[in-house]
Amino acid sequence: MSACVQDAPLPHRPAARPPAGPGWTGEPLRLAALLAPAAAVFAAFFLLPLVRLILIGAGGAEGWSTYLTTLADPGHLDSLISTLALSAGVTLVTLAVSTVAGLFLVRNRFPGHALLVALLTFPLAFPGVVIGFMVIMLAGRQGLIGTITQALGAGKLVFAYSMAGLFLGYVYFSIPRVILTVMAAAEKLDPRLEEAARSLGASSWRVVADVILPALKPALISAGALCFATSMGAFGTAFTLATRINVLPMTIYTEFTLQANIAAAAALSVLLGLITWAALAVARSVAGTSVAAAG
Amino acid sequence: MPDSVMPNSFHLDAVPIRLERCGKTFAGGARALEPLDLTIRGGETIVFLGPSGCGKTTTLRIIAGLESPDPGGRVLFGEEDVTALPIERRNVGMVFQSYALFPNMTVAENVAYGLKVRKLPRVDRARRVEELLDLMHLGEFAGRRIDQLSGGQRQRVALARALVVRPRVLLLDEPLTALDAKLRDSLRLEIDRLLRSLGITAVYVTHDQGEAMALGDRIVVMAKGRVAQVGTPREIYYQPADAFVADFIGTMNRLGGTVRGGMLSLGTALLPWSGPDGAAELLVRPEDLALAGEADGHLDGTVAAAVFLGDRTRLVVEPADGPALTVDAAGRSELGRGDRVWLRVDPARVLAVP
Repeated sequence: MSACVQDAPLPHRPAARPPAGPGWTGEPLRLAALLAPAAAVFAAFFLLPLVRLILIGAGGAEGWSTYLTTLADPGHLDSLISTLALSAGVTLVTLAVSTVAGLFLVRNRFPGHALLVALLTFPLAFPGVVIGFMVIMLAGRQGLIGTITQALGAGKLVFAYSMAGLFLGYVYFSIPRVILTVMAAAEKLDPRLEEAARSLGASSWRVVADVILPALKPALISAGALCFATSMGAFGTAFTLATRINVLPMTIYTEFTLQANIAAAAALSVLLGLITWAALAVARSVAGTSVAAAG
Repeated sequence: MPDSVMPNSFHLDAVPIRLERCGKTFAGGARALEPLDLTIRGGETIVFLGPSGCGKTTTLRIIAGLESPDPGGRVLFGEEDVTALPIERRNVGMVFQSYALFPNMTVAENVAYGLKVRKLPRVDRARRVEELLDLMHLGEFAGRRIDQLSGGQRQRVALARALVVRPRVLLLDEPLTALDAKLRDSLRLEIDRLLRSLGITAVYVTHDQGEAMALGDRIVVMAKGRVAQVGTPREIYYQPADAFVADFIGTMNRLGGTVRGGMLSLGTALLPWSGPDGAAELLVRPEDLALAGEADGHLDGTVAAAVFLGDRTRLVVEPADGPALTVDAAGRSELGRGDRVWLRVDPARVLAVP
């Protein structure tokens, strides 16, 4: 591992520079020197731990095949699938809520507008534990929803300690980021485009479908990708709600601390990272082509 | 039949428009438009002309249905009161300065949009899109993306898109302002030809008096939310209603004179004049001031600047007293800075400031 780090750094790079040009000795050297601190930090805090993690994943009794067997484990696979489903659901619901709210907030000025925007972005400041706590206050055994349903004679409704509670917490947590992105994109919309569509007879719904959503698409895709990645990896809320909740970060935690199955935990971590990274990459390429098509 | 594929036969109904007491006060209490009464004849091209903030765009948006007039105002298309109808139900064509083409659609899809919204069968849609693309000489660009077109081509697409739905009125909001000078001239000629051949009622908003004079059957000159004058380009140019219109359209010289007993004394000259006695402020166009000899000149002054414009040389002459005068001399005139000149005034072409 340490060999790997020693190979990477920059002193070797000047050998690759182009032949003879005015001042070629000075400039690349200076650039290399300027890049060196960043490269060192990158190697120490990103490459090194990552490589170490990958190697630990392969360091168990089964070697590199740990990566396959870990995933073949029904419990792990189940956890992965439910995490993916949860994250996808959170992303879709968050996008829907935030698009409607963001557009409304950009287009309508009313007393208290600034306060409302500030309140909506408030959850950004909370750690996952606090979000989890708030979900329990709302839908836990002593929660508001349970008390109300009991008073209405419908029995005590409690869903804080399950996927539903986690879903609620993640949506609450994700809305601020997406709303801010949607608002920034919506402010740049050309109102003339909507007026042109309306002059051609388009109803409000058609204007949304044909003009507004296509224009917001790049922003929605990038905000959605971030929301998805956050939901895939979030841990604090799940941990606060219940230790037996079946999402991948919790599974990793359990393997690591309770089962002391360090290789499996490392392998799952790498898989979680890969899947999330792939989802982001796909979203980015889709957004990229749509941006190009939109000119 | 307007359904023929022959571009030349594409013709639209000429719907008259009437504005009755249409004023506009914005939420903050700012008055954008004083109550306005105006009848636009069917098939007429009317140009709203004025500096920015004069209310011309607000008027256009009231006709379009993008703004509603203050209570009491009415907008009529023919006999139909459309005041309460939003733009999507007024069947108007709109062309914007910024083109406002849909970036996620091709040229053909942009043009077809209004027909798609109207749920026209695909076959009819394709035929009418092709007809309009031919009319606007855009046939070869049908499959292009919008960002592959020049500004002039984009505005032609916008015109085709607005016309394909056979609107009752065509509304153009500074359609040439974003184009460079040469394109602007050629597209202006094309729009002129189009409006004449279509026979559609058109409302055109601009701050450019050249465009207004070239395109308008009538011009509505506006200032500070009021109509300053309505008239044909010639009326506006030769009989401006007030000093603002005179100054805004073309170049106008101001002369001070004195009237006594039916004679106007102007510089060294006495000219027959009908008007009340006393000091008079007079307006005269540069082309109505002629260079003359010392013997028959009415005014004299010194050339302060001479600008050669090819077909003419525009002189700025400073008289001994009073404001500088702009005078057109022949292109080959050799007059230059510091030369002394005499000017003749044709009393028939002098206007008194109302």
